[in-house]
Amino acid sequence: MDIDLLSRFNAARTGRRPAILVTALDDAGKAQRLISPDDDLAGDPLAEEVARRFRSGKSGIVESADGTQLFLTVSVPPPRLVLIGAVHISQALVPMAQIAGFDVVVIDPRTAFATPERFPGGTLLAEWPEDVQDQVALDPYTAVAALTHDPKIDDAPLRAALAAGCFYVGALGSRKTHARRRERLLEAGVSATDFERLDAPIGADIGAASPAEIAVAVLANIIRALRKGPETAS
Amino acid sequence: MQSTADANATDPLALAETWTREGRDVALATVVETWGSAPRPVGAHLVIDSEGNFEGSVSGGCVEGAVVAEAVEVISTKKPAMLEFGVADETAWRVGLSCGGRIRVFVEPVRRDPAPT
Repeated sequence: MDIDLLSRFNAARTGRRPAILVTALDDAGKAQRLISPDDDLAGDPLAEEVARRFRSGKSGIVESADGTQLFLTVSVPPPRLVLIGAVHISQALVPMAQIAGFDVVVIDPRTAFATPERFPGGTLLAEWPEDVQDQVALDPYTAVAALTHDPKIDDAPLRAALAAGCFYVGALGSRKTHARRRERLLEAGVSATDFERLDAPIGADIGAASPAEIAVAVLANIIRALRKGPETAS
Repeated sequence: MQSTADANATDPLALAETWTREGRDVALATVVETWGSAPRPVGAHLVIDSEGNFEGSVSGGCVEGAVVAEAVEVISTKKPAMLEFGVADETAWRVGLSCGGRIRVFVEPVRRDPAPT
């Protein structure tokens, strides 16, 4: 492997950009190339396989048309969960999501809520979501759940998450709250189709009552969106 | 996130780049195929330098020694190699996977030469 190719692959990985490194195993490893999801692969025999691998995130061997073996080293960013609101549900959801393998960030500008005592472990940003959007770049491998009940805090990150194609976007609130949210977000330029992607009322319908149970319900829908695709979300 | 810096310290691909930039001669081993209950998934990496220093894992400890030995060879010949390990694979390496699985490991040199000097 060429050092420059390795550098580009590593830059993609640290920058949370998906990338696939293709290595011809029979060709003494000489013919290697890097593919990003933005590359135009029209006419490339690997196009379909590459698209599938970007979704699954799984590395593996592919037989090319001429019978040579290609190894695809697939790198997709680890799933990340951004919680808007340092609320009671978040206190339960943070450790659950971490156990399930997510990088978790909690954002809440209200310093009464956003205290290290309530959220030990350095996952907390006591800032307005708009002010940390460079620090916590939203991408298709990120889930966002807005849990504050406060439109001043929740609306902007919800719009940003829908625009960024986050694989899951959920918002806490009653049907009535959600209807008002719909008016506000559509007013702000969110398309009706995008708005329908919101998981609301939030979480899998398991009759969750306590904050911890709601956290389970939310995590269930996040995992479903991650593993089965957004089209299967409730 | 704050975990990134810690992760980089043991990330074989990041280390392969760092070590090479430091002037060390480096090989990268990758699990390209597994059968049965292999301990590490396809895509797992091990980075090795010409002194036999390594980081990462391709088998959870069963065959790393053999891979490192072969990698030192790959570094000196600059030619990739394909290794295969199975249960007590005595003929090839006298090392095996206690779990009963089989793995195929591709070892390639990291080349510095095409880069501008």
